[in-house]
Amino acid sequence: MSILEVQNLTKKFGGITANQDVSMTVEKNSITAVIGPNGAGKTTFFNMITGVYQPTTGMILLENEKLIGLKPHEVSKKGIARTFQNIRLFSEMSVLENVLVGMHTHIKAGLVGILFNLPAIRKEEKASEVKAYQLLEYVGLAPLLNEKACNLSYGAQRRLEIARALAAKPKVLLLDEPAAGMNPKETNELTQLIKRIRHEYNLTVILIEHDMKLVMEISEHIVVLDHGEKIAEGKPEDIRNNPKVIEAYLGTGAVQAG
Amino acid sequence: MKSQWKKYKQNKLAQGIFLLIYIGITSLSLFMAQRSVTAFLLLLSSLLLLYFTNFKNLTKWLIAGIVLVFLLPFTASNGDAYQSYMEVATLVGIYISMALGLNIVVGMTGLLDLGFIAFFAVGAYTYGIFATAQAANFMPFGSFPLSGESFWIFILIGCFVAAIFGLLLGIPVLRVKGDYLAIVTLGFGEIIRIIFNNLDRPLNITNGAMGIASVTPPRLFGIDFLYPSQFYYIVLVILLFTIFTVRRFEHSKIGRSWKAVRENEIAAQAMGVPLVRTKLMAFAIGASFSGMMGVVFAAKQAFVDPTSFTLLESITILVMVILGGMGSVPGVILGAAVMTILNLQVLTEVTNWLNQLNSTGVFSIPDALSPSKMQRLIFGLLLILFALYRPKGLLPAKNHVYNEKELQEGCTKDNGDNLKSIPEHSQIEKAQEV
Repeated sequence: MSILEVQNLTKKFGGITANQDVSMTVEKNSITAVIGPNGAGKTTFFNMITGVYQPTTGMILLENEKLIGLKPHEVSKKGIARTFQNIRLFSEMSVLENVLVGMHTHIKAGLVGILFNLPAIRKEEKASEVKAYQLLEYVGLAPLLNEKACNLSYGAQRRLEIARALAAKPKVLLLDEPAAGMNPKETNELTQLIKRIRHEYNLTVILIEHDMKLVMEISEHIVVLDHGEKIAEGKPEDIRNNPKVIEAYLGTGAVQAG
Repeated sequence: MKSQWKKYKQNKLAQGIFLLIYIGITSLSLFMAQRSVTAFLLLLSSLLLLYFTNFKNLTKWLIAGIVLVFLLPFTASNGDAYQSYMEVATLVGIYISMALGLNIVVGMTGLLDLGFIAFFAVGAYTYGIFATAQAANFMPFGSFPLSGESFWIFILIGCFVAAIFGLLLGIPVLRVKGDYLAIVTLGFGEIIRIIFNNLDRPLNITNGAMGIASVTPPRLFGIDFLYPSQFYYIVLVILLFTIFTVRRFEHSKIGRSWKAVRENEIAAQAMGVPLVRTKLMAFAIGASFSGMMGVVFAAKQAFVDPTSFTLLESITILVMVILGGMGSVPGVILGAAVMTILNLQVLTEVTNWLNQLNSTGVFSIPDALSPSKMQRLIFGLLLILFALYRPKGLLPAKNHVYNEKELQEGCTKDNGDNLKSIPEHSQIEKAQEV
C-alpha cells in the first residue's frame, strides 16, 4: 500500500529547473533512498515534500491528502518529519529541550492553561519530558540530556536530529544525508538505528545518502535523480547494474567493487 | 581562602546568617542616615545576594517579599527623602517590567525591536485620555474624566490595547527579518510618538504636544493614590505578576517554541511550530507588560506627553536587556535595576557632589562635563565594556536543568503504557539474530 505519492513534480528557480517531472510512489513501512550526484535536486525534492518550497507544477499526496499549498508546520502536523543535510538543531537549547520542541504539535497546552499552571498542563508537561527522555535513551543520548545541543559531537548531533524528528510522531520520516561526516563505525550504528526505527515506530523512511554501502544495505527501493530528472528507480540490485546510473553517478568502479 | 569560600557556598546556615546581618546593617543604616543613598542601594542589593544563596525558591521569594513589602518602605520612611527613594523604587519596577517584556521579544524570540516604548506610550495614553476630560472631545456617551476606581480596570485594558497594537505591528512587520525588522520597528516607535504628537487636529484626542495634564489618580476604598510610596505597591504587584508570567511561559511549550524560532526558523517550522503565530504571540505578550506599566506611569506622573516616549527610551530598555543578559529573566531584572538606578541616582548624586566641590572651590569642572549630561556616553561605554568582557550579560541565560533521576523513574513507572512501542535493546538484538 502506498503512503506517499509524488506526481510530476517540477520546480523552477527562475531559469534553472531544479526538479523536472519527478514522480514516485512510496510504499508504507518501506525504506526508500533518493540518490544522485550533487546538484541533482535531491534536497529541493525534500523541501517540496516538507512545504519549504512550493512546486511549480505537480502533486504530492500523503495518504491521498494533498500537501500542496501547506506551510511547513502544517505539513509536519500531517505526519512528515525530517532531518537536515546541514544540521539544524536549536544549538543554545538543551538536548532534552530540542526533543521537547519536536513534540510541539502533540502538546495541547494553551495560553491560559500555561498562565494558570493548571494541573492537567503540569501533568502533560511531565509526561512529555519523560517521553523525550525515552527517545534520548533510544538514540543513546540520555546521559547528555542537560547539555547544550551545540556541545555535542557531530554524530551525536545527527542522532539528536533523528530523536527530535521522531518526537513529532511522523508517519513518514525524511533523512537528508544522515551519514554525512560520520566514520564507518558511526555509520554502521546509524544503519542499525534506522532499521530499528522503521520496525518499532512503524515508519516509512525516505533518505538521501551518498554512502552507497548504507544505501544498498537498508533501502528496498532506490530513486536516482540527475540534473533534476529521475533517471532510474527500482531495487538496489537493479540500480547497481543500471548503465545509466553507473554513468551518471556510481562510476564503473562501483560495479567492480560491488 | 578558596576552600573557605567553597565551604561558604555549600553552607546554607552561614549564608542565612550573613544575609541577615547584611540586611540588618543596611536597613539600620538607612533608617538612621536617611540621606545616604548608598545605604538605600546596599539594601536593594541584598536581593542580589539573596539570589545567589542556596535557599529553596519559595524561601527566596518570601525573604524578597519581606524586604520589598515591609523593610524597604519602612526603613526609608524616616525622613524627607522617603518619597524620592520610593520614586526611584517605583521607576525601577516599571522599567524591570518593560525590560522583561522586551526580553521576550528580543532575548527569547530573537526579534530585534527598537520601537518598544510605543507600547508603553499606548498604555499611558489609554489611561491618560479616559482619566481626563480629553475623552469628552470624541466620545459620544459617558462622562469624563472617569473616576479613580476605573484605574484598576484600565490596567487590564492597557494590557489588551498594547497587545492588540503588538499584533497590528507584528502582522506586516514580521515578513522582514534581522536588521530590516529593527529598522521597521524603529519606524513604528517613531510613528506612534508622532501620531500622539499630532492627534489634536481635526479631532482633539491626545492634545498634541501640550500633553494631557491632571490625570485622575487611582482610588481604592476611598483612598486616592498620590504619592510614589503608594504607587510603589501597585508596581510591586504588577511586577510580581509579570515575573511569574514570564517564568511560566519560559518553561512551557510556548517559551520553547520562542527559543526554537530564535535558534533556527526552518527547523522550528519543520517541527510543527507555526512561525507567524509564535512571533505574534511574543510581540503581543511583550507589549502587554509594557502597556500595563504605561497605565501606571500615566497615573503616577498625572501627566502624559509625547516627549516621554522617544527613541532614547526604547534604546535604554534594550540596553537593560543586553546588559542583564538576553533571554535571562534574573539577568534582565538586574540589568533594568542597575540601569535605572544608575540613571536616576548615581549620576545625579555624582553631579551634586561635583557641584558641591565646585561651589566650595576645591576643584572645578566645566558644566558641560557634568555626569548627568553624559548619560549617553556612559551607556555607550558600558555597552562596549560588556561587549568586550561579558557578551552574554551580567547573568547569562541558563537552560532549565532537568532532573535525570526523576525522568528515569518516570520511564519505569509508565512501563506498561508508553514503553510498549519502544522495546528494550536486548530484545531487538535477539529479534535480529533470529
